[in-house]
Amino acid sequence: MLDSPLMDDLDVLALRRDFPILSRQVNGHPLTYLDSAASSQRPRQVVAAMQEYYERHHANVHRGAHTLATEATDAFEGARTRVARFIGAPEARSLVFTRNTTEAINLVAASWGRSNLGAGDEVVVSVAEHHANLVPWHFLKRERGIVIRPVPLTVDHRLDLDALRAAIGPRTKLVSTFHMSNVLGAINPVAEIAGLAHAAGALLLVDGAQAAPHLVVDVAALGCDFYAFSGHKMLGPTGIGALWARPEVLEAMPPFLGGGEMIRRVTLEDSTYADIPARFEAGTPSIGEAVGLAAAVDYLSAVGMDRVARHDRELASYALDLLSDVPGLTLFGPRGDDRGGIVAFDAAGIHAHDVATMLDLEGIAVRAGHHCAQPLGAALGVAASARASFYLYTTRAEVELFANALRRIVERFGAKGVPA
Amino acid sequence: MSLLDDIYQDVILDHYRNPRRHGTLEGPGVVSQEGVNPSCGDELTLYLRAGAGELDARFVGEGCAISQASASLMTSAISGRGADEAAALSAAFQRLVRGEEPGLDLGDLQALAGIAKLPARVKCAVLPWKTLDEALTRLGDGPG
Repeated sequence: MLDSPLMDDLDVLALRRDFPILSRQVNGHPLTYLDSAASSQRPRQVVAAMQEYYERHHANVHRGAHTLATEATDAFEGARTRVARFIGAPEARSLVFTRNTTEAINLVAASWGRSNLGAGDEVVVSVAEHHANLVPWHFLKRERGIVIRPVPLTVDHRLDLDALRAAIGPRTKLVSTFHMSNVLGAINPVAEIAGLAHAAGALLLVDGAQAAPHLVVDVAALGCDFYAFSGHKMLGPTGIGALWARPEVLEAMPPFLGGGEMIRRVTLEDSTYADIPARFEAGTPSIGEAVGLAAAVDYLSAVGMDRVARHDRELASYALDLLSDVPGLTLFGPRGDDRGGIVAFDAAGIHAHDVATMLDLEGIAVRAGHHCAQPLGAALGVAASARASFYLYTTRAEVELFANALRRIVERFGAKGVPA
Repeated sequence: MSLLDDIYQDVILDHYRNPRRHGTLEGPGVVSQEGVNPSCGDELTLYLRAGAGELDARFVGEGCAISQASASLMTSAISGRGADEAAALSAAFQRLVRGEEPGLDLGDLQALAGIAKLPARVKCAVLPWKTLDEALTRLGDGPG
């Protein structure tokens, strides 16, 4: 595929050769994969690292004295160190491997939440949270009587910081919000939010599912207390993600799941628990997947996260320019530097699932539905929307292809108007 | 014919934009049945009345072109027919959109045959018919 001259300095065509799936055909067209916000594709290097691990080094970790057990443990703990460094964590020991962002947030709710939240305590969220950052708090609302305080958006689809300031009060124990919205692409000013939370004596949890893959993340500079993210959205395998927490916060938290690996001593009657991070990693972890995630962050670091972020931002801006004059199209999310590579839209009169099917018939993969953010859909007044999302392997030519296809679909199917 | 034209045929777009038998039924002997696809949010409520052995069907709903056109085509096709005939039509239609031989002349419903090529969307086309299957069992139970 030929690409227009790049505005940024990312050699996309060279990168694309590392992703074999991008050269396949879908419905008779070259695949245009614009669904990386749901799950990214992964380069050969990640698959090769996992294959090397399984073919040469696999055994269970942290037990056994044999050579393979030592090699597997080194690979797993080495992966922890590399992933921790990738997000700017000062110490690897406070990075807990989980299955994904969802499990990481559930871990915080079940462990920190149960020990720190009681009736009337408040958790402040935004209306744009992913269900993974709402439902675990609903559990505690039902179980403990905590209060969930939702913060609205501004008219330009940013978090309303004045409303956030007003929502944070003496009973606020936690602010829990996204770093980058999975629907709006809006990037929250996390450091500023951390200041507001801490001034009220509350902690800050950041849902980094969209930001860790696409932005330079430095948890120390952000000043948050918890940071959750998923491997499969950042070139890594499925089944691996992480929760980073400030070491002193994590040290004070009780275990999440019980079993092997997380104990110090067990009798028939009782048990004592291991230090962090093992305390939160009961059972055999996803070792091969951790190795794959480490290879993914090495790949991203070699490219440079600042360049990835700039590339995403320029593609989003380009897409918004191309789509801005399509009649009947409503675009969601802010415009500006605080906008990542996510473009959700409503093509008036054409249901999002029909739009996604019509694009798929031209080989273009986009997401359609509520994007696991039904309260946001309610706030925006749309039950379902379609979403294109970009990554380091997305070309400007693909954005043009998508914009042209969407324009044709709207002109052909959307013009006549449709009953509600 | 391109795949796009094959799936989004004029008949389907017409029924989506101008749904037939759109509305509710009230009164004795009316069975109403809700159907929902939780994964995509398609929903409809089907209203059925059996009078003198002939069905009268109406629906209201929201969702994609496939689910709503299927509901419009379905209520048009079964109205004026008996419950047994409607059940047979439902079975034949569900075979059609799974790419099997329907075994019955489906008339306008044939327009939805292309959905068989889109496994992810079969559930949209089938939603009104699954809802009908439910409603028909309740129709047999007497007034609902």
